[in-house]
Amino acid sequence: MRWTEPGLALAMAGLAGAFGQITQPAAPQAPKAPAPMQALKAPATPTPALQRFVVVLDAAHGSNDPGAQLGDGVAEKDLVLTLAGHLQAMLQKQGLSVTMTRNADIDLPGLNRAEIANHAQAEACLVIHATATGSGVHLFTSSLSSHDASIAGVSARTLPNQPAILPWETAQAAYSTDSLKLESELDAALVHAEIPVTMGRASVQPMDSLACPAVAVELAPLAAGNTTKGRPITDERYQTTVEGALAAAIGSWRTDRMER
Amino acid sequence: MISRAHKVLLGLLLLACVAMAAMLIRLRNRAQDRLQEQATSAPAMEASVAVPPTEVTLYVPNDLDDSLVAVHENLALPGNQSVEAQELLTSLVAAFRVPGSTHPIKVANGVNEVYLMPVPQAAGQTGNPGQLAVVDLSAALAAAQPSGIEPETLTLLSMMATLHANMPAITEVHFVVDGQPRATLAGHADLTRTYLASEANPMPNPETAEGAQ
Ligand SMILES: [Zn+2]
Repeated sequence: MRWTEPGLALAMAGLAGAFGQITQPAAPQAPKAPAPMQALKAPATPTPALQRFVVVLDAAHGSNDPGAQLGDGVAEKDLVLTLAGHLQAMLQKQGLSVTMTRNADIDLPGLNRAEIANHAQAEACLVIHATATGSGVHLFTSSLSSHDASIAGVSARTLPNQPAILPWETAQAAYSTDSLKLESELDAALVHAEIPVTMGRASVQPMDSLACPAVAVELAPLAAGNTTKGRPITDERYQTTVEGALAAAIGSWRTDRMER
Repeated sequence: MISRAHKVLLGLLLLACVAMAAMLIRLRNRAQDRLQEQATSAPAMEASVAVPPTEVTLYVPNDLDDSLVAVHENLALPGNQSVEAQELLTSLVAAFRVPGSTHPIKVANGVNEVYLMPVPQAAGQTGNPGQLAVVDLSAALAAAQPSGIEPETLTLLSMMATLHANMPAITEVHFVVDGQPRATLAGHADLTRTYLASEANPMPNPETAEGAQ
């Protein structure tokens, strides 16, 4: 089992509080999103069917877990919360329902995040991080996807001080193909917005427990290239471009899913 | 007046003392000879276990493109496999701290020890499942590790790829920090699970002449 027993107890005790953090669908007065640098696909007019399309945004870290220090005294927990808030507004403008795992500076264990996300029965889950390392946007899918069967085999075996794995912790395995498709959609939109993208697999909570197409989106500073200017991670224009690209990708994702 | 019997007894005691002293001196000389023999033969023994440096492949991360780049080095690896694994990772961590590193982590001692053990097998499982390497990272490395999914994952993957490439018998890797289990390396990469060494699949870097695998 990947979560420790104290974590589980904490999670169960905090479930009621955690659900209190769920943001309910599309507030009529959604905050106005800043205009992205690149032209984005026009959002479709919401229809009753489309309104049921739920996206979960998980702003990582919070409270005593500040995440990475991003320079200029900015903590990752704050930057990702701001970014998630902007993205929420953009998605709601497209008529989508958005569930935030947190919308304040609170401590939220991985198990609670997964509970919130799985309860929402979302069509897409974005776990949002930021780092001072690398360039552009790093996209990650769960490492369960590559060889879920063998991983489960490894984890289920009793290692010293490791109890057996629970199915809950491999929930993402069933969504691995869809998660890769969602990742591909995000990649295309970011590249279209001229943001460098790297893609990989990672073992990061709560990814393995998410019962939805899930991608971890990690924002990094923009390194200067041959033709592009470097931008710090705190650059609002850069952030807006990324947010716009992510919103556009989710828009395309919705269209793909609805056409199926 | 000393009786004749006493004189004989005294003579015998003196004789015994001399004999014992002679025996002790002989034993001491023998022990000395043995020590000298060992001392003279030691260099010959050392010479017989000295191994020439062998070429190893270190997989050094590049944070900018999320890749692992193969770097070849010559290392004198001892016969002990655990020590070999530690030497490999120590050389890898040394590459993290060089000026201009593509994955900068400034830490002097990154790996305390590597323990190797057979991979535990489930009941009824047959065949050779390989070795499990338990890598004991130093708390200094965890503290110096830049926080983020990408940088942390690359640190773990580079270690797994380096171990697996040079010691293919290592099929699984588990990380601890200063001998203790830990949730994450620096806030992101999960250290509670055991990784398959083959999860580290270095991608060839087209700009690097020595593409990995
Ligand atoms: Zn983070």
